[in-house]
Amino acid sequence: MQQRFMALWFCYLKTDWITIRKPELTDIPFVFSLPDHNCVMITAANNIAQQGGVLPGMRLADAKAILPSIEVLEDKPAREEKLLKSIAEWCIRYTPLVALNLPDGLLLNITGCTHLWGNEAGYVADIISRFKSKGYVVKAAVADTIGTAWALSRYTENYCIVEPKQQRAALCNLPPAALRLDAVTIEKLDKLGFLNIESVLKIPLKELRRRFGGDLILRILQALGDVEEYLKLIKEPEPYQERLHTPELIKTRTGIDIAVQKLLKKICERLTAEGNGVRTAILSTYRTDGKIQHLTIGTNKATYDLAHLFKLFELRLSDIKPGMGIELFVLQIPKIDKVDIKQQAIWKGKINVDDNGIIQLLDKVAGKIGIQAIYRYLPQENYWPERAIKNSQNIKDIKQTPWRTDLKRPVNLLKYPQPIQVSAPIPDYAPMLFRYKGEVHHVKRSDGPERIEREWWLDEGEHRDYYIVEDQNGYRYWIFRSGHYDKATPEWYLHGHFA
Amino acid sequence: MAQINKNVIEQLKKDILLKQGYKPASADTLKISGLQQVEANFPNGVFPTGMIHEFISNRDEHASACRGFISGLLNSLTGNKGMCIWVSMQRTIYAPALKEFGIEPDQLIFVDVAKEKDLLWVTEEALKCDGFAAVITEIKELSFSQSLRLQLAVEQSKVTGLVLRTDDTKINPTATVARWQITPLPSHLQGGLPGVGFPRWKVELLKVRNGQPGAWEFEWQGGKFLPVYETESGNINTSVRKAG
Repeated sequence: MQQRFMALWFCYLKTDWITIRKPELTDIPFVFSLPDHNCVMITAANNIAQQGGVLPGMRLADAKAILPSIEVLEDKPAREEKLLKSIAEWCIRYTPLVALNLPDGLLLNITGCTHLWGNEAGYVADIISRFKSKGYVVKAAVADTIGTAWALSRYTENYCIVEPKQQRAALCNLPPAALRLDAVTIEKLDKLGFLNIESVLKIPLKELRRRFGGDLILRILQALGDVEEYLKLIKEPEPYQERLHTPELIKTRTGIDIAVQKLLKKICERLTAEGNGVRTAILSTYRTDGKIQHLTIGTNKATYDLAHLFKLFELRLSDIKPGMGIELFVLQIPKIDKVDIKQQAIWKGKINVDDNGIIQLLDKVAGKIGIQAIYRYLPQENYWPERAIKNSQNIKDIKQTPWRTDLKRPVNLLKYPQPIQVSAPIPDYAPMLFRYKGEVHHVKRSDGPERIEREWWLDEGEHRDYYIVEDQNGYRYWIFRSGHYDKATPEWYLHGHFA
Repeated sequence: MAQINKNVIEQLKKDILLKQGYKPASADTLKISGLQQVEANFPNGVFPTGMIHEFISNRDEHASACRGFISGLLNSLTGNKGMCIWVSMQRTIYAPALKEFGIEPDQLIFVDVAKEKDLLWVTEEALKCDGFAAVITEIKELSFSQSLRLQLAVEQSKVTGLVLRTDDTKINPTATVARWQITPLPSHLQGGLPGVGFPRWKVELLKVRNGQPGAWEFEWQGGKFLPVYETESGNINTSVRKAG
């Protein structure tokens, strides 16, 4: 497919930027300056200053001699890059392929995008008028090659569209400087009387290379489309991405619902064909006032089930504030996985973990409350009660060791052992009574002790001697003494309740 | 004439029960092992699955007895295969202990939520999902309309819902099929031996829709419920036999 490129040139990038922020600068000549070695140089001048003869690259002292009334603002290094980057991000609404062209331009690959605005002319006019309404003076050109588009954007009145394969004709009347050459080459060409590109093209390339080096040849070939040129994109587009432009601004929940469904439908069709499923999806909404809102969902298992994915979004869609209206929806799938296709069971007998309904429910819970709310435990080979289980985030995990049943464990295990006061008749025997939360429990029956040593390679501290005790009401508890009995006041804790 | 009338009334009663969702006893009816006496108090003599049961407790010790009893029920409800979900706000349940009650702790999914609103939402969504064998919820209070919502959710999916209410100070009418209360009882070992015996509970059915309330004593022994009077009457239980 024939590629189409657009070059955008911001004639007064920095000065336009500051004028938008400080409208009082609109009607006065001003410049940005930056110290360079031993003198202060002008880095940017606004339209009025340039008409008065002050150009970027002059010394500030010279400029002040030419235009004494000039206002001087301090510049910052690399400001233009920052500015262009944010503008480039804004431009993603026109095409996903945007590259910076420092110091004052952008390059866009607009292949296959323009029909959404009618045609190329409508596309370019829309961009220019958008920038104009914001306060930036922009010139644009569309051509088959980056070189031609760049050249024409710098040497045209407003905007210019070069029909496919017409680069040579379009370039003929432009000066050689339009070929993106370095200052030395331009000066050399100028000295030799090459006033336009046509005159350069008449010379055989072999001769040009001998005289001016390979750079000029490369630039000529790039501009004519004989050598391919690549853009360094600011953002690599996600391989799984769908965009939805809405000609009318979307302000209602119903509208958002429909938009999300449309996007999901397109993505799911593609995923189904490839046998892939969504693990993470990001919905970005671009509001007309420039605000971009993101919404991320995740699934516990790869899926291309449209209804399920929509439900996951539906739970959170209320977070999206349409404000004045949304003009663009973008759905990205940064994480996909293979979907294991299972044979459909004729009737459902056994229910297992892989049940789709359960997975979908867990996805919903994870979407609304958070994945950290869901626990499923597998045994871990540790004696220390708190570490005898581990949380398994993957629903498909199966236990490696069986659950132990030889040791009695309480149904309730308190998160932190609670201190109790006891009176014990003899060491290494269960207490006669204990007091917990102001209540006295007389121990009628007891089992134990079961000594559990601390795992010294994991943490430090005393071992525990656990007793199972039953009080006068029949309540059964799990209590332990921390450490040996040799302390003046042994520490006792209640750690759980038996059924 | 009176006989005919009685037959007609019986038939009508059966029809009404069927319309209320109670299935008559059949070959594939779920039997809770050891709970025959309790089952007899339910309509048709069948433990109602696919409905909401309510358990009340007022202190931690009662709640843990309740959790033990519920785990025993899950043993039969899941048939050792299905998944269950346990929704709670401040969960203290210790998964490995459930193995004693015959369910694999990795069959359970725990969801810990911070807000009561979310708790009910998760419960309702889980009850609508027919992949679960049972849904257990620990909640402080359950209003009538909330219980109605839960009951409506299970009518399609036929999932059994077990609601454990941890605050019995406000007992209001609910749309649940039965209200249970489980309290721990002192355990007893054969021949007055020292040590803590099998878990023993007082199982009370405070309210049964279309059935009879009642109270029993049960022990959890050898993977099933065992009515207490049986053990008292001198039957040698399995574990003692093994030891001896």
